[in-house]
Amino acid sequence: MSRIAETFTRLQAAGEKALIPFITAGDPDPGLTVSLMHGLVEGGADVIELGVPFSDPMADGPVIQRASERALAHKVGLRNVLDMVREFRRSNQQTPVVLMGYLNPVHVLGYEVFAKEAAAAGVDGVLTVDCPPEEAAELSAALTAARLDPVFLIAPTTPMARVKQIAALARGYVYYVSLKGVTGAGNLDIDDVARKIAALREFIDVPIGVGFGIRDAETARAISTAADAVVVGSRLVQEIEAATPETAKEQLTRLVASLKDAIR
Amino acid sequence: MSSYDFPDARGHFGPYGGVYVAETLMAALDELNAEYARAKADPAFWQEYHYELKHFVGRPSPVYHAKRWSEQLGGAQIYFKREDLNHTGAHKVNNTIGQALLARRMGKKRVIAETGAGQHGVASATVAARYGMECVVYMGAEDVKRQAPNVFRMKLLGATVVPVESGSKTLKDALNEAMRDWVTNIDSTFYILGTAAGPHPYPMLVRDFQRIIGIEAKEQMQEMVGRQPDMVVACVGGGSNAIGIFHPYVEVEGVRLVGVEAGGDGVATGRHAAPLTAGKPGVLHGFRSYLMQDENGQIIETHSVSAGLDYPGVGPEHSLLKDIGRAEYVAINDDEALRAFEDCCHLEGIIPALESSHALAHAAKVAPTMGRDQIILVNLSGRGDKDINTVASLMGLTL
Ligand SMILES: Cc1ncc(COP(=O)(O)O)c(C=O)c1O
Repeated sequence: MSRIAETFTRLQAAGEKALIPFITAGDPDPGLTVSLMHGLVEGGADVIELGVPFSDPMADGPVIQRASERALAHKVGLRNVLDMVREFRRSNQQTPVVLMGYLNPVHVLGYEVFAKEAAAAGVDGVLTVDCPPEEAAELSAALTAARLDPVFLIAPTTPMARVKQIAALARGYVYYVSLKGVTGAGNLDIDDVARKIAALREFIDVPIGVGFGIRDAETARAISTAADAVVVGSRLVQEIEAATPETAKEQLTRLVASLKDAIR
Repeated sequence: MSSYDFPDARGHFGPYGGVYVAETLMAALDELNAEYARAKADPAFWQEYHYELKHFVGRPSPVYHAKRWSEQLGGAQIYFKREDLNHTGAHKVNNTIGQALLARRMGKKRVIAETGAGQHGVASATVAARYGMECVVYMGAEDVKRQAPNVFRMKLLGATVVPVESGSKTLKDALNEAMRDWVTNIDSTFYILGTAAGPHPYPMLVRDFQRIIGIEAKEQMQEMVGRQPDMVVACVGGGSNAIGIFHPYVEVEGVRLVGVEAGGDGVATGRHAAPLTAGKPGVLHGFRSYLMQDENGQIIETHSVSAGLDYPGVGPEHSLLKDIGRAEYVAINDDEALRAFEDCCHLEGIIPALESSHALAHAAKVAPTMGRDQIILVNLSGRGDKDINTVASLMGLTL
């Protein structure tokens, strides 16, 4: 069983929902990322989504765009991100790490090379935002061969026929995008999300995480009644942005703990 | 080459093109694809498109023999396809008419567009006014500065211009921001993409709406000189004017197709916008194609005196045409383009767009190496009124 599947099985047995925090690797400084990842776990993170910085983050709002820009100012590339995961794994073998980003940095390495190196570094899943199932055959095959879980998005606009197609490829969990918009937007409709998730369950066997626009404990709690996992990104990145390098870990841990408490 | 038929049903031009977007956009692209398939088979759609091109745009645009310049160069005869004479001043309007008619069929009342030089923004604002639609144009903050006359034209036409401050503040960032708007307002909004790039079906759709350039040119050359040119030259930003004139010629033997990218300060300096000349395949803005990128797959900032060519990618069909050897791609530097700009003004009485000046410069470069009985057809994609501030400041003048 993959580390992601194990985590969800354990949580389900305990009647708990998963908290999946997102931070961008290398933000605000590459030297801080591993410590922030440990901080997320101390706060109660069940899975970590680690953003791979990209120069043109088309699906992201201003907060995560800025995180990418800060990381790129330090020239953080995909191989540096893999190094960070490797270092994180030295003292943490339990918490799954999912890389989230855009296709081009993966494309330039080559799908097979990337999949092998990522698996060796201790990565568990990969979500490439701009690679829908139609274009994903080659990448998914390379990931699966390296025992990595390809994670896919499902959107409010996804018709059921496509949901079935995605269900056939998805491993680990699927990521339901809670709103029409970019990351960090503020127009999430909780009832609508709950209805949609209920409908998805008919076709989706893996756990369903929900993200985009979850900014506070109250929304996280409401979403967690319907979903298996709650993904929080922009709010955490804002916390990092507002903190100093000295206080970032502590502030992040505290914020994650309050979110985890809300969905427990 | 007997049958050139691209893209395939899923938008692939060989290994290029495709649909590399976030899931939220997939349904909208499927819907657009289905609607275009219906429109394409509907004679009434094309009838209205051609009516608008004739009465609103002023087509057909003439072909013109640049006699004095050809004489001075002492080689091949240079002809211009005069897209600069279109309403709004460039080829861009051929495409915005087509897409606006599609938007209307789909019942969309709000259109958005990205723009570099501002020509596509102006052409979008124009058709939005013409068909009674709300229009928002995203434009890199850097381009807002260097293309001020076009910004004001868009405002006069009732559009909202949003300066984009992220990234390099040029065309690629405007495209990112337009995509973000689209994903947020997907139910109400039609995205009028301005070049033969982006996710399927855009590269096909934009090409089909720009093919009119090449279709007319073929007839006009036959009429004027009784044969087809030896070489067709067009500038390549995203590649829409070039594919528009190339595509009807792809299966015509004996016609060399040459695309001219922006060499900026020179390809060797790294400060340019020439992905086909110096890039590698990658994925950006929803499609796979040649791309300017670093070893980490990050997109490199581009440099060109011409805002409309200042783009790190290129439409996927050009990548295919390059790989199969049907078209050649070269780069022309800023200073060469500016020299051609001046020559065209002085020798032909035509102020060309800086984008088009790249194509002119290449024609002027190769004409002397060709015979006097040979013919080069240059796509004069737009007029240069929008560029007079840029050119003046390069001459050390302020207007
Ligand atoms: C006059 C003119 N020519 C060419 C271009 C480049 O675009 P494309 O390569 O799509 O023709 C532009 C873009 O703004 C333009 O305004």
